[in-house]
Amino acid sequence: MSRRSLILALSACVGVFFLLSLLTGPANYGPVDSLRALVAGGDEAAAIILREIRLPRALLGLMVGFSLGASGAALQGFLRNPLAEPGIIGVSASASLGAVTVFYSGLAGASILALPAGALVGAVASVLLLLAIAARHGSTLTLILSGVALTSLAGALTSLALNLSPNPFASYEIIFWLLGSLKDRSMVHVVIALPLMAAGAMLLFASSRALDALTLGEESAASLGIDLRRARLFVVGGVALMVGAATAVAGAIGFVGLVMPHLIRPLTDRMPGSLILPAGLGGAALLLAADVAVRVAIPARELNVGVLTALIGAPFFLWLVARTRREAF
Amino acid sequence: MRLSTTNLSVELSGREVLDGVSLELGPGEVVGLLGPNGAGKSTLMRALVGLLDTPDVLLGDRALSTLASSERARKIAFLPQEKTIGWALAVRQLVMLGRIPWRAYGQKPSVADEAIAAEAMRLLDVDGLAERPATQLSGGEQARVLAARAVAQDTPFLIADEPASGLDPAHQISMMLAFRAVAAKGRCVLVSLHDLTLAARWCDRVVVLDRGRVAADGEPGTVLDADLLRSVYGVTAHVAYEAGKLVLAPLTLSEGGRP
Repeated sequence: MSRRSLILALSACVGVFFLLSLLTGPANYGPVDSLRALVAGGDEAAAIILREIRLPRALLGLMVGFSLGASGAALQGFLRNPLAEPGIIGVSASASLGAVTVFYSGLAGASILALPAGALVGAVASVLLLLAIAARHGSTLTLILSGVALTSLAGALTSLALNLSPNPFASYEIIFWLLGSLKDRSMVHVVIALPLMAAGAMLLFASSRALDALTLGEESAASLGIDLRRARLFVVGGVALMVGAATAVAGAIGFVGLVMPHLIRPLTDRMPGSLILPAGLGGAALLLAADVAVRVAIPARELNVGVLTALIGAPFFLWLVARTRREAF
Repeated sequence: MRLSTTNLSVELSGREVLDGVSLELGPGEVVGLLGPNGAGKSTLMRALVGLLDTPDVLLGDRALSTLASSERARKIAFLPQEKTIGWALAVRQLVMLGRIPWRAYGQKPSVADEAIAAEAMRLLDVDGLAERPATQLSGGEQARVLAARAVAQDTPFLIADEPASGLDPAHQISMMLAFRAVAAKGRCVLVSLHDLTLAARWCDRVVVLDRGRVAADGEPGTVLDADLLRSVYGVTAHVAYEAGKLVLAPLTLSEGGRP
């Protein structure tokens, strides 16, 4: 499949699931009525539900899914590691911790940007820590083990912070931050996340050539004229911006960034740099679809979307580990 | 243009790896870099490629460290010892990575890029593997594919760190022939080797490193003799001429020699 038709096909999938997401919800409106309400606006209930509940939810599904898919592809390329993923190596969990710390230290009231800033700091810190531990002596095993440790630690600290907080809904909040959800989000969340994600995407797209060259290892890449320090800065910054923003508005949704690059890679020329965009689109389609599924499956007691992505992603991860063991470990 | 260094010393984590090395490389020659493990061959090569940021390496009359990395990549290609192939790219695409320094960002390979990559693949006898995933090849095939990648960079200087290790005799020879063909186009190839006969037969010049110093530098026939092999490698060797070409066969460890 040519790159152009792959991107067109994936964009069409994103479009379809975006529409489905807009049309899914407890309030039963027909497709035509829903879209008319969305476009025409007004004070009717339908317009308010479509514009203020379903539209931000669908937009966030698209944006968060894209961020996770693109970040997964970039991380895998940068680390030459098929198991790398923001959720698995602890970036999402650390971003959650950062956001929760800000939220319950009262800083969130200071500025609307405090929450994403906290998530960003958490994400940056975790990527830098992982690079320091694992990228130098780059075995797959070291990276994944450090990531597992980091995920547990950040998860435990997040739970601790929430338990110590005066919040009566602490256990609900713990589930939100650790598993992620797109429920009850508003346009404010879209506005907060969009510029950060756009900046992150720019950084990742700008490092695509470095990712291609890194296929040959760091020394070869450097001899091909790639500035490795800049590439590291771009990838770390890009992933932190995208995952930090995604986590700040939707909690730590796992496995999207793991599954998508692997599903898409065989359909491309396998160049790590040219995988970022299609993996992002695939991530958007997957998360939108999963978010529709959690609303349709048990409408009364809606699942967190992160539960579903983990149900799909974790077995996939195990299969990947089993396959990689033969080759890399 | 010449690539040179005078009195180069390099210290890595507190250990003196290179100690006053002087070396000059010019167009049209295949230079063999010899020396025991740990003599500093890889470090010298990394310095000459510009990966060590030392001010003591000159390209023409400019310090290599003052060149932009993209400019440097159009002058010097490097084939590191460690053979890394991260993803299952087709051989054709892997070789095309060598054209990165010559393309503007986001630009597709031109017809000229394709032609140069095809020529490099032919030279290394991997043109028949063009569509195969590089990760599924044998070790020897991967070594040749990676060498083709470096040749495709099409630079005045090509520096290859033990490219022939792990190859069968026929492909060792064909790799050296490929380097000779590259040099015949007025380019310079510096290649580190452990096979002394291979070096003696196919290199115009050999540089022998011993504990971070240059122990010898000259034509194989005048430089490589029993005394040098004893003092540098600690082996006694059978040295003979076969049809006018030098043949060196290490026999055993020399008396009181290393290791």
